[in-house]
Amino acid sequence: MPFIPHTETDIKDMLAAIGVNGIEDLFDEIPSALRSGDLKQVPEAQSEMEVTRLMHERAARDQVALNFIGAGAYEHHIPAAVWQIATRGEFYSAYTPYQAEASQGTLQLVYEYQTMMTGLTGMDVSNASLYDGASALAEAVLMSVRANRKAKARRILMPLSVNPVYRSVTRAIVGGQGIELVDVPFDAKTGRVDPAALKAFEGEDITALVIPQPNFFGVLEEVDALTDWAHAQGAQVIGVVNPVSLALLNPPGEWGDKGADIVAGEGQPLGAPLSSGGPYFGFMCCRKEHVRQMPGRIVGRTVDADGRPGFVLTLQAREQHIRRSKATSNICTNQGLVVTAATIHMALLGPEGLERVAGHCHANTHALVERLKPLGIVPAFSGEAFHEIAFRLDRPVRPVLAAMAEQGVLGGYPLGEDFPELDDLLLVCATETKTEADLDRYAEVMKAALAAG
Amino acid sequence: MLIFERSRPGRGATAQAPQSPAEVSSLPERFRRSSRVPLPELSELDVVRHYTRLSQKNFSIDTQFYPLGSCTMKYNPRACNSLAMLPGFLNRHPLAPASHSQGFLACMYELQEMLTDVTGMKGGVSLTPMAGAQGEFAGVAMIRAYHDARKDTARTEILVPDAAHGTNPATATMCGYTVREIPTDDSGDVDMAALEEALGPHTAGIMLTNPSTLGVFERRIKEIADRVHKAGGLLYYDGANLNAILGKVRPGDMGFDVIHMNLHKTFSTPHGGGGPGAGAVGVSERLRPFMPIPVVAREDGGRYRWLTEKDLPQSIGRLSAFAGNAGVLLRAYVYMRMLGRAGMSRVADFSTLNANYVMARLREKGFELAFPERRATHEFIVTLKRLAKETEVTAMDVAKRLLDYDFHAPTTYFPLLVPECLLIEPTETESKETLDAFVDAMAQILEEARTSPDKVKGAPYTQPNRRFDEVRAARELDVAWRPGTGVGEEAREGRAG
Repeated sequence: MPFIPHTETDIKDMLAAIGVNGIEDLFDEIPSALRSGDLKQVPEAQSEMEVTRLMHERAARDQVALNFIGAGAYEHHIPAAVWQIATRGEFYSAYTPYQAEASQGTLQLVYEYQTMMTGLTGMDVSNASLYDGASALAEAVLMSVRANRKAKARRILMPLSVNPVYRSVTRAIVGGQGIELVDVPFDAKTGRVDPAALKAFEGEDITALVIPQPNFFGVLEEVDALTDWAHAQGAQVIGVVNPVSLALLNPPGEWGDKGADIVAGEGQPLGAPLSSGGPYFGFMCCRKEHVRQMPGRIVGRTVDADGRPGFVLTLQAREQHIRRSKATSNICTNQGLVVTAATIHMALLGPEGLERVAGHCHANTHALVERLKPLGIVPAFSGEAFHEIAFRLDRPVRPVLAAMAEQGVLGGYPLGEDFPELDDLLLVCATETKTEADLDRYAEVMKAALAAG
Repeated sequence: MLIFERSRPGRGATAQAPQSPAEVSSLPERFRRSSRVPLPELSELDVVRHYTRLSQKNFSIDTQFYPLGSCTMKYNPRACNSLAMLPGFLNRHPLAPASHSQGFLACMYELQEMLTDVTGMKGGVSLTPMAGAQGEFAGVAMIRAYHDARKDTARTEILVPDAAHGTNPATATMCGYTVREIPTDDSGDVDMAALEEALGPHTAGIMLTNPSTLGVFERRIKEIADRVHKAGGLLYYDGANLNAILGKVRPGDMGFDVIHMNLHKTFSTPHGGGGPGAGAVGVSERLRPFMPIPVVAREDGGRYRWLTEKDLPQSIGRLSAFAGNAGVLLRAYVYMRMLGRAGMSRVADFSTLNANYVMARLREKGFELAFPERRATHEFIVTLKRLAKETEVTAMDVAKRLLDYDFHAPTTYFPLLVPECLLIEPTETESKETLDAFVDAMAQILEEARTSPDKVKGAPYTQPNRRFDEVRAARELDVAWRPGTGVGEEAREGRAG
């Protein structure tokens, strides 16, 4: 029997110890009228050999072409050691560290992770992670409603330059709680939050302003001015950032005069493979004074009965298993295994390695700009970019992308998916994984696709 | 020692990063960070050794019996991991076109179909929720969307039994509902008189776990479903304990309208030190229009594609940036294919056999059961109330002492309504010898509690640390290392034995 160790003798002895005649007797409290018939959609069992063959065939069908799509998930090199260690059984098959004395491996690792994240973001504290970047933004919105006691209106300014899926996930998650998410338009020329549009909100009761850096178009927002503006209105600042970019960019903790209040984002670029969209992890950091409003697990350092240092889950009085209907969130787990990988990933890259990765992403994407110029393709926005750029084509993007995909190049993300008026804009990312030859190939395939169209 | 204390300026794992710095002068100064990211500087061996040594300070399923009630800590087959990490799956960008995703989508479609079958939820399954709690959120949000669509907006209350997981009331609150608790009767079933009294035109629905967190099957489930439906409410099934009834009885047949499954429990995806999980949701036909997106559809001709807002305009929306924890879903898929049709009910058979066996053996050794007249399901509860009164040894002390015997502790102090409780879930993948050794250890600890209670109260002795000062952890909050505050070599690097 797959994964069941019982021998005939075991079963006989165990039934005798219980005092029943057969296993079926153990289900005698289930009303017989409810009992299931046969399953129809579950196939007969396959051996490991058979299922291995099936999965290899399926995976081979998806063998990815040369990928230039970013739009929230970014292809980076992941050192071999990262997942070899993360999938050691002691990390892979442990659970939430409820018994701290028998979970110091996971607990210390999370404490190290929290430290690394505060270093990257320039914030005081980090939690042990949330599900993904989109749901982390939703949790950050809920948190700011709790933490900003000056604001009464439960009103969040959400720029349209924030990843559209993050906006829609936030809507789905906070919608039941009477929180208003107000769109803030972007400047069609720069691709940044439109300062004139913000002016209209001056003097109003605002809970928080969300600031994406870089924004969904890859453009760098004027974070210092935005942060100071929000604070002058009594609003908090929720920064949504790409963690790899922070090797080069000013951390949210240092934006403007006072820095961001809450920072959230997608942790995937720190060692999680693209993997069809998950598992990734969401991160969240904040100022120390708001830590009791933060959702999710937090690991703290303390001492044991012998005075030796060690690590425990702390501030649990915020959480659902204690506070039930009054908890900060219903969240119960973090994305522990992916955080394990991310921590090892950051330790391996170190400050120099992460800076090189970020630098090469920036340089490669800008090198692509030069490659596309001769084709008459130029960036659509004037704002400076980190590692992703929206290009304007002279025609709708989707047929061009389909033609490129046929040649084995995934050419980017069509912004028309989310912004019908930007049907001719193509969002492209070239990370450090792309070589000179890859960039040449992109330009060549693009040229052919345009010529054929 | 912390990773930061191992750092030396100028050291690095140079083979793992691009070979030289890049030209970034086009990045304007005002956007640049002024100081380097404070990450540690280490060789590859430093990092590998540090985290390998850390891993050895964990209990895990692969190294210890882990009877953590309500968490279903069964063996996680290795093939599920290696096959989910094939390059074709691993390198697939979530926004890759359907033409480059047919292999992955086929797996997801078949997983939806298999889960629909084993749960009897005729409206289908959405795989997108990223954990049990998010599945709960999706479920209650669908209940709300259903009532809203019918303009039935006076329904403001969700009923939750007092034995429920904390996530249930927290979820109902997140969805904008008020929570009313329903008491449990002496035999562990829902108190029907209290339920009847609570039901009314304000009832949006009820959240139930069956078998309940008390480790018993709710025998009057059909009657509960009828009464809630009659009052106009819907029934939500918390799938935390699905392992106990897999292939035996289906939530759809019990009358539930919406359910979530914890794939990291019943379908054996790894717990990973606290996630990632996967909380797929299944629905009855009337809730299908509200399912979270995306969902995979199979078109005529056998091609697969995502259903989105355009196909399900009444959907509660998206709960993750892409399509949930895809890699976890692939692991569950491989597991279900290896178990096969006949393997489903075997899970319930042997998890129930193991739980009833340990229960019978512990009773024989003198432990008091919370519900001695009931069958155990896949788990059961021991209460140490009498022992605590006689010896001052508590459930927490027994849990800590078990670590010295090299067993992970059962769940303690949950459910909240049984005093000094241990919730014990052996799972089907453990052998009789392991169960016997656990029973012997428990008996030994019971003996110690009576003869030398201080020994039990001081446990554990064999772990990297003794018991922690948790009050200090919360009061003198230290949640991120700063230079000059290292733990140094004080922390024992291994178990003292």
